[in-house]
Amino acid sequence: MSKIEKRENIFKKAWGHLSLRIGLIGSIIFALLAIISIFWTPHDITLLNISNRFLGPSSTHWLGTDFFGRDMLSMLMSGALTSFIVALIAVSIGLLIGTPLGLLAASYGGIFEWLVLKGNDFLFAFPAIISAIIITAIFGPSAINAIIAIGIFNIPVFARVSRGGALSIISNDYIAAARLSGRNNFNIAFVHILPNIASLLIVQSSVQLSLGILAEAGLSYVGLGTQPPATSLGLMLKESQSLFLLHPMLAILPGLTIIAIVLFLNLAGDGLRDALDPRLAKQGALDSAG
Amino acid sequence: MFIQQIKKSLAIFAFLTLAITGAFAQSSEVNLGMVLEPPHLDPTAGAAAAIDEIVYANIFEGLTRIDENGAVLSSLASSWDISNDNLNYTFYLRDNVTFHDGTKFDAKDVVFSFERAMADDSVNAQKGIFAVIEEVRAIDAKTLAIQLKRPAGDFLFNIGRGDAIIVSRNNFENNKTHPIGTGPFKFISWNKGSRVVLEAYENYTGEPVSLKKAVFTFISDPNTAIAAMLAGDIDGFPIFPAPEAMDVFANDNRFNVIIGTTEGETILATNNKRAPFDNLLVRQAIAHTIDRKAIIDGAMFGYGTPIGSHFAPHNPYYVDKVNTYPLDLEKAKVLLAEAGYPEGFKATLKLPPPSYARRGGQIIASQLRQVGIELELINIEWAQWLEEVFSKKDYDLSIVSHVEPFDIGIYANPDYYFQFDNEDFRAIMSQLGNTTDDGGRRALSYYAQDFLARHAVNGYLFQLAKTGVYNADLQGMWANAPIEGNDLSQMKWTK
Amino acid sequence: MAGFLFRRVFGFALTLFIAALAIFLLLDILPGDPARFILGINASPESVNALREQMGLNLPIWQRFFSWIGGVMVGDFGISHSQATPVLELIKERLVVSFPLAIFAMIISIMLGLPIGIFAARRRGKISDSLFMTLAQIGVAIPSFWFGMLLVLLFSVKLGWLPTGGFISWQDDFFAGLKSLILPSFALALPQAAILARVMRTALVDVSSADYIRTAQAKGLTKGQAILRHGVQNAMLPVLTILGLQFAFLIAGTIIIENVFYLPGLGKLIFTAISERDLILVRGALIVLIMAVTFTMLITDLLYALIDPRLRSRTRQ
Repeated sequence: MSKIEKRENIFKKAWGHLSLRIGLIGSIIFALLAIISIFWTPHDITLLNISNRFLGPSSTHWLGTDFFGRDMLSMLMSGALTSFIVALIAVSIGLLIGTPLGLLAASYGGIFEWLVLKGNDFLFAFPAIISAIIITAIFGPSAINAIIAIGIFNIPVFARVSRGGALSIISNDYIAAARLSGRNNFNIAFVHILPNIASLLIVQSSVQLSLGILAEAGLSYVGLGTQPPATSLGLMLKESQSLFLLHPMLAILPGLTIIAIVLFLNLAGDGLRDALDPRLAKQGALDSAG
Repeated sequence: MFIQQIKKSLAIFAFLTLAITGAFAQSSEVNLGMVLEPPHLDPTAGAAAAIDEIVYANIFEGLTRIDENGAVLSSLASSWDISNDNLNYTFYLRDNVTFHDGTKFDAKDVVFSFERAMADDSVNAQKGIFAVIEEVRAIDAKTLAIQLKRPAGDFLFNIGRGDAIIVSRNNFENNKTHPIGTGPFKFISWNKGSRVVLEAYENYTGEPVSLKKAVFTFISDPNTAIAAMLAGDIDGFPIFPAPEAMDVFANDNRFNVIIGTTEGETILATNNKRAPFDNLLVRQAIAHTIDRKAIIDGAMFGYGTPIGSHFAPHNPYYVDKVNTYPLDLEKAKVLLAEAGYPEGFKATLKLPPPSYARRGGQIIASQLRQVGIELELINIEWAQWLEEVFSKKDYDLSIVSHVEPFDIGIYANPDYYFQFDNEDFRAIMSQLGNTTDDGGRRALSYYAQDFLARHAVNGYLFQLAKTGVYNADLQGMWANAPIEGNDLSQMKWTK
Repeated sequence: MAGFLFRRVFGFALTLFIAALAIFLLLDILPGDPARFILGINASPESVNALREQMGLNLPIWQRFFSWIGGVMVGDFGISHSQATPVLELIKERLVVSFPLAIFAMIISIMLGLPIGIFAARRRGKISDSLFMTLAQIGVAIPSFWFGMLLVLLFSVKLGWLPTGGFISWQDDFFAGLKSLILPSFALALPQAAILARVMRTALVDVSSADYIRTAQAKGLTKGQAILRHGVQNAMLPVLTILGLQFAFLIAGTIIIENVFYLPGLGKLIFTAISERDLILVRGALIVLIMAVTFTMLITDLLYALIDPRLRSRTRQ
């Protein structure tokens, strides 16, 4: 069986998984809404129209308007976009820096491995909220700070997962064979180990993505994340919380959107894990984010 | 549907709390909410408004004190004489005054307090108050003489402010953490991050107070503030942090919403030395573009009074200049073109943390975009604002509320962060400083207001309102805030 | 074992030292003059400079770092600029709120999460399993601060059972203090409990196919009994890992919840101190927070090694 065929088979098997289907479809719908907002939203959210504020749902404003008279649907779309982007880049930071470190630590061992592990311990000592506080204190609050803070937290997560994954297969025969044929550790790490832990990384990414969206919301809520006039789901929650008793929908909609996106991403992640590699469940891939 | 359910449940809840609080209403204890916690409690060593909001007129007293309308009342000085040349003041001090540590208060404490504030190493935030003083002298234990360098019409007002309170000359080092004053309330405890507790001072000899105990609780989250008021955990919020939620309380007879005035002129601060804002035409164009009503509605949810110059509307010398440059986008575009910016331009708007600035900034950016001025919003903390905007003058535009009373004189300082450098205005101000008769001061004040409005030095937005929310059974709160403070001395429960 | 212990504790100390250096250097480039902040916009430059001198801000950076770190090592964290109180005292005042809050949240999380996880594993595949796991999925997805707000609206504003927030100090009224921590600890605990339930269930499902469970069944126990007696203990290893991470997270996570419930915790202290540029206080509080997180990790490691001796040679994965 060729590699391609094998992969198709996995996806077919995965698709049979109910939670994966729900999760994937749900995530894609929200991701699409977010992406569309780059080019088009039902209304322009940069123009404030104060006299239009607090409108209920209507044919022009499907979900009503907020305290600045901005269209809620458009706000949710743009807000979701920011939340997705923050989480995505933060995951990429973790993947791009953490994975190579973890792989090389596993294949080289020795002092390098020790250094990576110490570095991991060090970074773990800085939960996202603490890094965010420090970064914000220096550079002022912005979505970029949230990205960096969450990204820093993702580095040790991916380093740990990829090192663990690498250690579990490094004793396999084909790695030994590669070593015998004169491949160096670097080559082994990226050519032979990386493809084999790809599924592990995909699952972890989906988990970190959903955690990233929650973390962005938390950071924005305490004022360390996205800043107006940009918007994000967390910021929308923050800005509408105090209107909850008078205009509850302004706070409920972004809250539900966060819950829905995180839920769908987690369902997709669970499904992927079950479908790609049941053994992954043991790795305890779920983590807490700060 | 949902809203109705909430309202219904609130009604049930209202009944419950009435039943519960009814039992405690005879209380002589009040629990007030504050947004910011003070860094310490010594009003002579810091500018934070939160210090005065706890200690002013409660723990500490000055020679004079200010009432809720800005009038000067007697305090530690029960009366005073002023010489004909307005240079020599003689204060007669109140009898049998003691500090909270039990020691006697006399004129030497006043001399000590004033000299400490005037000293070279003084860290008083309003050192300027004392600049007019030539000499402070104790004639005897109960009489004090102050000689001024020049007549100052606002002297009695200024020494009634929080920065000029009298400390004990024997016990002042610990005022930051354990303030010792002469006021009707003494300091009991401070749970950092949570609350400050005061209790009535048993040996107070001034007008008796009704409350036995007062707690100031620090709640910075507007949402939590709403919940705390609704649940009855807090009896009042002198400056409620969420104007957007005032309707919750206005529509509920358990609460009393008190809207008053403050000394806070909220302005679109403009760097008058930086292009293109050094061009009068550009500033006029901005003035024509600003829709004050939208800003007050959007940022303050309707609470605030439009202003057209740097002057408080409740001041007797106020003159309405709001219509100097009426809302007119076409005119603004013409002016911009005339100034050489037919397509508009880009600039930055630095915003400190208060919601009037953060929300107001978004609205102003949206308004100015209509005439082609693209503003980049930069949110900064107070510490950064002080350094970048105020000290280094590294800004284009900013939004800030100037809360000092009668502070139009800042425009005479070319180094002030607006960098308005105008010989004529300095002349008006120095003339005002030398004028003591009411008619003359009024005419000059009118002229100065008009001058600033015409020069569109800053964008004049609105006078900050004092939005207080209290339990309906509580009385004697200040509606206005002529100075920072929460005077507890008149407060009492009616039930 | 002694060598292992030594390596771990040495690593712990090293991490802390580097963290201290990082915090010190990073915060030194903070914009905003603390003295100017304290005195406000109307203070004269001379007053500001007098205060800077008083605060020791005019000394060179290395001198300030070593005098700080030297002090920290002997428990002297310096004196807060803005509050004129020893930093350690201020931190202690806050720790008696933050620490119990994290502990309570941990207890609630364990008391909710583990039984649900065990129950769901025993009823694996049944409707109640799916129901609980769906609830857990939602629990993971709810932002804790948002959940906290909903709790306040229900239990404080509507029902009036619990305070909306704030904190009565333990000495003043122990039970009032306890009461004010109930809602925040639930808000903090919910997502953690949901995660824990999921991990517990997965771990149990894994061990339930293990040989010893089958042996126990062969000896006449029902599967449920077998899992309870033998499985739970073996499933504790992955659960312990998660618990360690969760506690570390809770210590830092209280910062957001403290904001919602206006609790005078460590997070609140850091926020105010930063905005007031009270750097010595910020540094002290951050290093204590990082110490707590690192220490939790250390304890988890040691416990882990105690349970599974194989790990003593290989470092934590």
